[in-house]
Amino acid sequence: MTEQIIRMEVMRYRPEQDEAPWLQSFDVPYSDDMSVLQGLNYIKDELDESLSFRWSCRMAICGSCGMMVDGVPKLACKTFLRDYPGTVRVEALHHFPIERDLVVVLDDFMEKLERIQPYIIPRQEQALSEGEYLQTPTQLERYAQFSSCINCLLCYAACPQYGLDSSFLGPGAIALLHRYNMDSRDGASEQRMELVAAEEGVFHCTAVGYCSEVCPKHVDPANAVNLNKTRAAGDYFLRFAKPKGRCQ
Amino acid sequence: MNKRRPYVRPMEGWWRKNPYFIEYMVHEGTALFVAAYALVLLIGVVRLAQGEAAWKAWLTALQSPLSVFAHLILLLAIGYHSYTWFKIMPRTLPPLSLGGKRVPGGAITATGLIAVALASLALLALAWRIST
Repeated sequence: MTEQIIRMEVMRYRPEQDEAPWLQSFDVPYSDDMSVLQGLNYIKDELDESLSFRWSCRMAICGSCGMMVDGVPKLACKTFLRDYPGTVRVEALHHFPIERDLVVVLDDFMEKLERIQPYIIPRQEQALSEGEYLQTPTQLERYAQFSSCINCLLCYAACPQYGLDSSFLGPGAIALLHRYNMDSRDGASEQRMELVAAEEGVFHCTAVGYCSEVCPKHVDPANAVNLNKTRAAGDYFLRFAKPKGRCQ
Repeated sequence: MNKRRPYVRPMEGWWRKNPYFIEYMVHEGTALFVAAYALVLLIGVVRLAQGEAAWKAWLTALQSPLSVFAHLILLLAIGYHSYTWFKIMPRTLPPLSLGGKRVPGGAITATGLIAVALASLALLALAWRIST
């Protein structure tokens, strides 16, 4: 394998000395099998140890290394330097405040994740002695795709509506909310639908669809958001027909 | 002392920074052409209500070169709008299954586009028969 050189332009922001983020160039030797993350690790090991970025698994499952590569939200471990001949620009994920260099502040998403109750709230509590909560393959199929989310937040970096107004619940949280609402074992759908139908819920979405385009796990959050628009609108109108219907 | 100073980047000009967003603005923009054509038809209804002379004058005005040119632009814009509408359809529909297998997005888009083509041809044939 021949070794080539790529120029990596990396976003730097050191709050104690920089007024605003800027790009620092590094010449990095690389081979065809090297990811952008390996390039960043080379910089940290050999050129500038002060560079900060998040990473962990190196195999597109932990969701830590989301960043903008040439302006597109990508997992650095799943993106290869060979696809960017000459120069590659690496920046912190769009639409999130920058903590330092490539590290963004995730507090807003964490708070949203907590709000959607991303766990099964059993429809009917069942004693241990009664065994497992059973589910058929067809029932699993209804939510399986949405359970592939790794919380990498590429979809938030792809969503201009979230960038313009971060009160929007956002594609990732809504996809996860939908995952639990679609689960036959779960009974908290009504509580979660209040978040869906609220001002900052699904109706903030204008169907740009880029969230699904950039998702590294093919979750299709745009589908979850749009299905819930129909459902929230249905709930709104059907409350007149159903005496127990509730909508805010 | 807290050294944290999270930096929030501005959103100005966001849609010009990514070809995907430029296309989004263009296809959303073509909705204005759909509205414009609805207005043209609405004017026709008003003219019809005003009597035969007004209706005939409206029909003549539609045949002017400027009107034909405007209709050509409208046709192109509305055609592109329908194309993007069906392109995004798989993202807005609940999962569809045929014979136990999930229908792929491409098939949904293709079916929609074929339906548009067939409906347009049928309408064209009908208009042709009425006018000749």
